Amino acid sequence: MKNKVEVKQVTKLFGTRKKEAISKLIEGKSKEEILKSTGVTVGVNQASFDVKPGEIFVIMGLSGSGKSTLIRLINRLIEPTSGEILIDGQNIVTMNQKELLNTRRKKLAMVFQKFALFSHRTVLENVAYGLEVQGYDKEERLKRAQESINVVGLGGYENQYPDQLSGGMQQRVGLARALANDSDILLMDEAFSALDPLIRKDMQDELLQLQEKLNKTIIFITHDLDEALKLGDRIAIMKDGEIVQIGTSEQIMKEPADDYVSTFVQDVDRSKVFVAENVMLKPDAIATWKDGPRVAIRKMKEKGISSIFVMGKDQTLKGLLTIDNAVQAVNEDRWVEDYLTTEYPTTAPDTPLTELIQIASESKYPIAVVDQEKLKGIIVRVSILSGLVLGKENVAVEEEKEVNVS
Amino acid sequence: MNYFHFPLEKWTNTFVDDFLLPIFGLLFDLLSTYIGSFIGLVINFLTWIPPEIITITIVILAWRIAGKGVAIFSLLGFLYLGSVGLWDLGMQTLAIVLVATLFSIIVGIPVGILSAKYSAVDKAVRPILDFMQTLPSFVYLIPAILLFGLGGVPAVISTFIFATPPCVRLTALGIRQVPTEVIEAAKAFGSTSSQMLFKVQLPLAVPTIMAGINQTIMLALSMAVIASMIGAPGLGNEVLSGISRVNVGQGLVGGLGIVVLAIMLDRITQGINEKTKRGERTT
Repeated sequence: MKNKVEVKQVTKLFGTRKKEAISKLIEGKSKEEILKSTGVTVGVNQASFDVKPGEIFVIMGLSGSGKSTLIRLINRLIEPTSGEILIDGQNIVTMNQKELLNTRRKKLAMVFQKFALFSHRTVLENVAYGLEVQGYDKEERLKRAQESINVVGLGGYENQYPDQLSGGMQQRVGLARALANDSDILLMDEAFSALDPLIRKDMQDELLQLQEKLNKTIIFITHDLDEALKLGDRIAIMKDGEIVQIGTSEQIMKEPADDYVSTFVQDVDRSKVFVAENVMLKPDAIATWKDGPRVAIRKMKEKGISSIFVMGKDQTLKGLLTIDNAVQAVNEDRWVEDYLTTEYPTTAPDTPLTELIQIASESKYPIAVVDQEKLKGIIVRVSILSGLVLGKENVAVEEEKEVNVS
Repeated sequence: MNYFHFPLEKWTNTFVDDFLLPIFGLLFDLLSTYIGSFIGLVINFLTWIPPEIITITIVILAWRIAGKGVAIFSLLGFLYLGSVGLWDLGMQTLAIVLVATLFSIIVGIPVGILSAKYSAVDKAVRPILDFMQTLPSFVYLIPAILLFGLGGVPAVISTFIFATPPCVRLTALGIRQVPTEVIEAAKAFGSTSSQMLFKVQLPLAVPTIMAGINQTIMLALSMAVIASMIGAPGLGNEVLSGISRVNVGQGLVGGLGIVVLAIMLDRITQGINEKTKRGERTT
């Protein structure tokens, strides 16, 4: 298949003594050396990559790595100093103004980190903007804008103004505006970075769903490796303006090209980094010894769980009451400690997840996180797995949903 | 400090007498005729309409744009102008202010746009604006008389010089304030630079530009008395003759008339500005 976008040896320098700096770059001098000797800042250093049709290509790097500059070189919001950028085989760098406008209108659409919506226009007029500048008549452009508003699930909001919408909805407008142009290539510059974690996750999921239907070629910039791994068919990792590695998520996780990449990847191996405390749920489904079996049953029913931890005086953990034992206690009308089982596993708050996986797979009961005989939290199998996949921030938010699963 | 003699006075006079007047005199005369008849037209129009109709129109306008308080104030203000016998003078002042403001807008907004877009223009325009704002206005009254004679025309010209800078500055500011990402978005979707200007930059700058126009109107009114020294008709004359006769009452009556007009125009233009911001939301 032919490549949709080809970036060949593209360099962007900021400063006046560019010629000198370029020859030094080719000699392999570092960014710092060049800045010191010539006063030229290296934005992007001889970056090359290809993007295939229908692919999500993620460019990931920390701030200052040149990733935002790189994406702006692709649609020439920033003029490259040297190199070639082929869009459908045509070099955008050498295009004249008219060809450039046409390419931007027909082939490249962009979504911005801070949404960059036109605050004086309604949602509908924002989305129709790309078609408006192309000279579509009003009826046609509003119709197509409405379609793409529906695609991103903003139907009913078309006459609102951007500042009346939440961040997540504003970025949907940004996405709809990019989709309305019907261009094959989407440039997404940290499109979800300004959103809070839960909304960000939703938007990522939705982008993936949309992508299945629309099959665009997406170049996605992010500083978040989790996002990169989730979205990217292939990922390019940037450092100091250079692309240090390009590969699938598997390749990058398994064979990091250098120390820089492997530091990133280490963060992802959460089982080593995360401990019990990070993934445990707050023990809100607990009964006290005074409650008796009937109250305990009601609490289990409320939460939809089949066993409940029972606390004695001073918040100390007495044992686990299963629903069967509780029913038995009610039938026999007795309430003694014999009904509580102590077969449940316990663990300290600082136990790493790797060990917990083992414990959880061997026990049918939730793990009690105990510190000085007091119950700190409960870990069910789901919270370990979600902790591995989603990371710390999401576990806290998902707690509410998952407490019922045990 | 008198190390050498700098004959600026003589040079300036020679320049005006031997160059400006003989060569451009005709042009200035022509200009003077056109502007003069335009001012006359506006004054005649405003004094031709019955005061009651102007009052009702402005009060309704003020009510819709700026609210009840401003409407009541406008009504009282117009009643005042009528009851002290200054209606015609008030309309003359209003006409001069409106014409001068119109010129300021016609020149100021394009210059503001250019200086926002090209830093070379900005560099050239900035000292000129400083000069226009800080040079004592009496100084350019003299050449104004020489070039345009006495009356409304030199008044409008010198008011224009004094009142244009905020219009230029705030237009440029409004355009520069448009966030970079929004400009990038407009570019990324393939806007030409005129599409960018008219569909993105100017609409987003409107509130700031309106603030500039408001300032221009206020400065134009503050020139009313000074302009009357070179024969501008209007309330300024009343104040001026109050000064020359040491008639405190006459001065106060005319001065209050200017204040009334100023507050009315200020509140109504501010109201328009609020409306352009809020109006978008409700319609």
